[in-house]
Amino acid sequence: MTAESLAPVAPSRVFAAILLRDLTVARRELPYFLVRTALQPILFVVVFGFLLPKMGMIPRGYSTTMLPGVVALSLTLSAIQSVALPMMQDFGFTKEIEDRLLSPVPIHLVAVEKVVSGVLQGVVAALFVLPVARLIMGPIAGLSFANAPLLLAVTVLGGAAFSAMGLYLGTGIAPQQIGLMFSVIVAPMIMFGCTYYPWAGLDHVPVMKWLVLINPLVYVSEGMRAALTPGLPHMPIPALLAALVVLTVFFMWVGLRAFDKRAMS
Amino acid sequence: MNAIETRSLRKVYPAPAVKKRRGAPAPPAPPSGGIVAIDSLDLTVNDGEFFGVLGPNGAGKTTLIGILTTRVRITAGEAMVAGANVASEPAAVRRRIGVVPQRPNPDRSLSVIENLVFHATYFGIARAEAARRGQELLERLGIADKANAKVDQLSGGQQQRLMIARALTHDPRVVFLDEPTVGLDPQARLSLWEILRELHGQGRTIVMSTHYMEEADQLCDRLAIIDQGKLLALDTPAALKAKAPGDTLVEVTFDGDASIAADAARAMDGVSNAEARGPLLRVFSRRGGEIIPVLIDAGEAHGRIVRDIHLSRPSLETLFISLTGRKLT
Repeated sequence: MTAESLAPVAPSRVFAAILLRDLTVARRELPYFLVRTALQPILFVVVFGFLLPKMGMIPRGYSTTMLPGVVALSLTLSAIQSVALPMMQDFGFTKEIEDRLLSPVPIHLVAVEKVVSGVLQGVVAALFVLPVARLIMGPIAGLSFANAPLLLAVTVLGGAAFSAMGLYLGTGIAPQQIGLMFSVIVAPMIMFGCTYYPWAGLDHVPVMKWLVLINPLVYVSEGMRAALTPGLPHMPIPALLAALVVLTVFFMWVGLRAFDKRAMS
Repeated sequence: MNAIETRSLRKVYPAPAVKKRRGAPAPPAPPSGGIVAIDSLDLTVNDGEFFGVLGPNGAGKTTLIGILTTRVRITAGEAMVAGANVASEPAAVRRRIGVVPQRPNPDRSLSVIENLVFHATYFGIARAEAARRGQELLERLGIADKANAKVDQLSGGQQQRLMIARALTHDPRVVFLDEPTVGLDPQARLSLWEILRELHGQGRTIVMSTHYMEEADQLCDRLAIIDQGKLLALDTPAALKAKAPGDTLVEVTFDGDASIAADAARAMDGVSNAEARGPLLRVFSRRGGEIIPVLIDAGEAHGRIVRDIHLSRPSLETLFISLTGRKLT
């Protein structure tokens, strides 16, 4: 028995095995997952993209503005939740993550794996919401998929920034404060995240235009706008990509520090 | 090679932050320098040994196992497990150990067999081989009929077996069990003992913490008795029992402070030691229970009435009390 136990295991293999575990569990919970992360954006689409334009209370072109924001919202909400919720549960109550923390790799790999799995789940949610929104709102003027590389970059970077943020929130916040997390952090982030209006529109309220820049969601919404509806005004692409890279690095750094504190005493 | 070696091992947890409430008096200052959980501990566990760590709750058992399983950071000193350093080569240590936690923490999103298969793949074992080993372990531990059940459908004892199976899937050299029988009914405990004996018989090193004297006595080759993070005694159960005060422990509980009776007892013939802890009088007697009437008289002479009397023969329990002044459980 000793010969085998001494051989080191390739970290990539362990990483793949842990990722497969998360994807297996995620696939089983897919319906719940979609309801949890996609229902809210879809309800918004129904009201603001279908009902209000039908009533003539909102101009028809509004759906073009809103669609990228809704996709951004599904991506980020699901990425953040896919990491934060299991982290809170595992570290706070069930300790289920212990078996992975005892795997023969540096423990940071376990945290990075969660972030990667969060990105993948975010992509699934975005891919689900996009056609559903299009179906509810009808034809959308100016919608284009020609900009696929940018779309991919925004999706991956946005998912990474928000998964890393989920890592930080899930390990840095006490489980009792989970309700507070949603009402104090997530809700304002959605409202001031340029999801339902373009950043350029805030020209009317200059203070807000600069204040919302602390909101990570702004860059994902504007990035989706730049990728999906390039004809409409949006933030300069290099600026928003740079912001997403900085946010990913920042949240990964604080997230790993918080993770360390929970994983080892 | 030694399975485990620690040198001057020390763990200090930071003192918990004390919040001051408005209007409330200032809380007492926390102990400066934090809480010492392990204090200059030197231990050597031989390869293939069944090693017990015995101590009351809060003695530092879980911290010690946490350090040896790479989940608790060392403050000072050094620890080697299966030839790897826990601080500088934690991944190598984890490759060589299996851990059965104090409270079962199975992956509840997975079925029983999946718990084993996925765990094995975390150790680089191919899926087909993992499935074969998982099935074999479930059979060996007598829960093969639950292979496809949800973890929540297992009883406490069955979950504990699943944890043991999981700890064995990657064929570790050292198996750690942190108080594995706490919360199990007597039957489940006995069958767990059988499983542990079998593992030991295969030549695996087993390190088990417990606060049950009987368990330590029955299973372990050698025992470390620790309290407040310090090693108090280390030997085979037989040698430790031989070291126990050769006297019977007589415990008399009075209806009030027993210190006067303790003074009287110390002066008695055949008493090697006597001490009072509140209403409890502990006397080590060379004359067995013969001194009980005298002890009762001594108390009554000062107006104390006897509430309870207890006699213990020399055992690990009485050794522990003589070492620490405290009971194990």
